[in-house]
Amino acid sequence: MTAHTSMGLDNRKMAFWAFIGSECLLFGSLISTYLVYKGKSIVGPYPPEILNIPFTSVSTFDLLMSSLMMVLALAAVQRGDMKWGKIWLFSTALLGLVFLGGQVIEFTDFVHKGLTIGTNLFGCTFFVLTGTHGAHVTVGVLWLLTLWVRALQGKLGPANAMTVEITGLYWHFVDVVWIVIFTVVYLIQ
Amino acid sequence: MSAEREGTERHAHPTVGVYLRVGAALVILTVLEVGVFYVPAFHVVLVPVLLVLSSAKFTLVVMFYMHLKDDNKVFTFLLGGPLVIAVGVMVALLFLFLGALTLRGAAGAG
Repeated sequence: MTAHTSMGLDNRKMAFWAFIGSECLLFGSLISTYLVYKGKSIVGPYPPEILNIPFTSVSTFDLLMSSLMMVLALAAVQRGDMKWGKIWLFSTALLGLVFLGGQVIEFTDFVHKGLTIGTNLFGCTFFVLTGTHGAHVTVGVLWLLTLWVRALQGKLGPANAMTVEITGLYWHFVDVVWIVIFTVVYLIQ
Repeated sequence: MSAEREGTERHAHPTVGVYLRVGAALVILTVLEVGVFYVPAFHVVLVPVLLVLSSAKFTLVVMFYMHLKDDNKVFTFLLGGPLVIAVGVMVALLFLFLGALTLRGAAGAG
């Protein structure tokens, strides 16, 4: 059910941008906490010993490409090309799953190397920040797969383009948060 | 009326060609980021260079993929307002903690 605000804007889109604004504050506080405690761990493992930049670079590339797939899905749904709409939606979800798989491998590797959430300040702030981001990616993947199933059932078309656009807003937000995390946590050591 | 509005919003979105060009730019910027990290000559200016590259990627996604470039400015305000607050809190906390450390260090030295 679509309605418009007194400014003529879609109310769902307006509400979702307000939600994204609140998410900025959530991730802002988590990134701030990471930065404040950066370099203050008194026991290892420390970031340069454990962070795998080539592996995470591939994950970053994967998430960026998933954002591209998402806008291609939106463009396809808007022009009524549901064949490609379904393909791009599924591709986006698949790349999201690949990212999550990479995060599981990374976390498992860290635990085997002795870094857990309780090991030191780096482990605590790192797992909380990247884990919260991973939880957001998981929600995004489930949302995308739901849309894909609806598309397979023939319940998604140009009339529901706004639904796809709002899903896209969430997915792109998750992507921009990772852009910041990749720079702040992985590259600036 | 609703269909007209949806039609207008659809018209305002970038074309597939623009999406692909932005995607290519994002890949190039990521390659540059990782490249800068591995080249020792850049280590002196690593942090500012990485922040500029990261900001460029952030801006491209928000402007073109999230359509803020052509969308209503209210949406820009809804994102920009909290973003300014979040960055402000981050900078304030860093000054607070790094400042406290500096003062402690100075007191210890004195």
